[in-house]
Amino acid sequence: MSTSTNSIETPEVSLKSSAQDYWAKVKSGDIGALPAVLGLLVLCIVFGAMSNVFLTPGNFANLLTQAASVIVIAMGLIFVLLLGEIDLSAGYASGVCGAVLVILITDHGQPWYVALLASVAVGVLLGFGLGTLVARLGIPSFVVTLAAFLGFQGILLILAGEGGTIRVDDPTVLAIQNSNLSPTLSWGFYFIAAIAYIALGLSRINARRKAGLKAELFKLWLLKTISLVGISGLAVFALNLERSNNRELVSLKGIPYVVPVILVLLVIGTFVLGRTAFGRHIYAVGGNAEAARRAGINVKNIRITAFMICSGLSAIAGLLFASRQNSISPTTGGSSTLLYAVGAAVIGGTSLFGGKGKMRDAILGGLVVAVIDNGMGLLGYAAGIKFIVTGAVLLVSAGVDAISRRGSSST
Amino acid sequence: MTEPILSLRGVNKSFGPVHVLKDVNLDVHPGQVTALVGDNGAGKSTLIKCIAGIYTPDRGVFKFNGNEVTITGPRDATELGIEIVYQDLALCDNLDIVHNMFLGREIKKGPVLDESAMESLARKTLDSLSVRTVKSIRQTVASLSGGQRQTVAIAKAVLWNSKVVILDEPTAALGVAQTEQVLNLVRRLADNGLGVILISHNINDVFEVADNIAALYLGTMAAQVAKNEVIPRQVIELITTGVSAGVEKAGAK
Repeated sequence: MSTSTNSIETPEVSLKSSAQDYWAKVKSGDIGALPAVLGLLVLCIVFGAMSNVFLTPGNFANLLTQAASVIVIAMGLIFVLLLGEIDLSAGYASGVCGAVLVILITDHGQPWYVALLASVAVGVLLGFGLGTLVARLGIPSFVVTLAAFLGFQGILLILAGEGGTIRVDDPTVLAIQNSNLSPTLSWGFYFIAAIAYIALGLSRINARRKAGLKAELFKLWLLKTISLVGISGLAVFALNLERSNNRELVSLKGIPYVVPVILVLLVIGTFVLGRTAFGRHIYAVGGNAEAARRAGINVKNIRITAFMICSGLSAIAGLLFASRQNSISPTTGGSSTLLYAVGAAVIGGTSLFGGKGKMRDAILGGLVVAVIDNGMGLLGYAAGIKFIVTGAVLLVSAGVDAISRRGSSST
Repeated sequence: MTEPILSLRGVNKSFGPVHVLKDVNLDVHPGQVTALVGDNGAGKSTLIKCIAGIYTPDRGVFKFNGNEVTITGPRDATELGIEIVYQDLALCDNLDIVHNMFLGREIKKGPVLDESAMESLARKTLDSLSVRTVKSIRQTVASLSGGQRQTVAIAKAVLWNSKVVILDEPTAALGVAQTEQVLNLVRRLADNGLGVILISHNINDVFEVADNIAALYLGTMAAQVAKNEVIPRQVIELITTGVSAGVEKAGAK
């Protein structure tokens, strides 16, 4: 505890002051995750009421695997969006990297990990090229990645060849999107993750209190933690229920493998953005590039690295595509993939103007997009209506972002 | 009188055929506010950029703490303890006060940022300047008023045990109350023992806070005089004509 009476802040916090802090943050343009969480909740209630399939464990698992690749691309995009840039080629980058992966496994007999490493390396290299053009030559990222969008589509078409699709039979690759952890392992994974999350939160509050700094209100932290741990516990329970239509023939239960994969990416991404100097510099460049440059930050390197991370993560999304479709085709990562991924990041709360966004935005927004797609599909709406609704949701999110930004700059 | 912390003698700087600074002398004493005044184009910005290491002067001697030094880049100036607060402040709106103060010079524990150490140090610095106008040092700079932003930029400059702080028109865009706050802060910087160079166009501000006044006129130092030896009219004469009755020409003493 600070004893200084001149201290500019008092360490005591109450629910009221926390609410005031949140409101001040909203007014300064940082809305946080609340709109996406509420939207997700409303969508689930509406679709749950209208369709008797939507809230079944089978559909829930299906939704997660549907959303997975868009979420991973969105995670990569957030690094680029934080700089105020955009990568329109991330979708086809995942297609190209997926094709590299599948060709190495199927045509060249490489083990999956060698192929994955190579495809991520290709992704990072593609990103290096994009980033260099943007940062060193100063071509707007919109143009560079629009050109790459076409170019990568061409590369994918050439790689896929005349036949069109390249199949993959590697059991590990297929397992990621098609198999599940056993129910026991699922619970084990859940408890380890929950305990780690709680321990981390407690130690953070404790460390700040020890240093005499204003810590998060314990009651509020408890509330947030209990809801998160509770909801994910319910999700694990639901996923551990039998969801096979023909349970004598095949049993389907447990967390899909892709869920821990995404959680690992989330933890790494959140750590890099929130706890390292590199992450801090990404926010700084997105907020005020000139200030960052004067503070001695190598702005060009930060830009290039962000594009490398984006395309590198696209390569992992390529693996998820290959796993889900059992193959790579010339349309992998095409059509609405990139737009859904940008939509996911923005709906989750990442700003298109740069400087604002978190890793978890990709997951929240990706789930919103997937729920709309999945729920409307179940209700029998045509693809056209789905696109219109998703587009409208994206527009609303971008509008909220723009308005909240105007609110902050007018003070 | 104390030894000057920073002393410039015979500084010259030309850009091509334009001779911007002609044999400029300047003394900055610790614990004093030295106001640098002059009309547009008199060479104020060039002079402080020479001190900050952004320009290298063509000729001239720099003495820091009595020792002759050469400043060839911004890094040299920073290492000596010379910090400059630019007029546009160079803050990131989306980051909070602590993040801005440590931007580019973060304290780390291994690969991880040490947020607690940075927050404590930032708070200590703000407390030492008796800054009480910001509610929380974890609020983003976007939510701060103009005066508070100036405060953060100044606190950022003194965070690193700096010896000389150069402020470029810190009150230019501020209202009356905020100007008062910032001027008080400038005074406290000097009272804490730093040498402060204040660039200003506002004669009232200069007379309120400065200990001595250096007036540039068309690239020459018209005079550097103690504040209580002159009246505002004389300073305005120095700025506009380079001479004033009753004020000794610089270098004559």
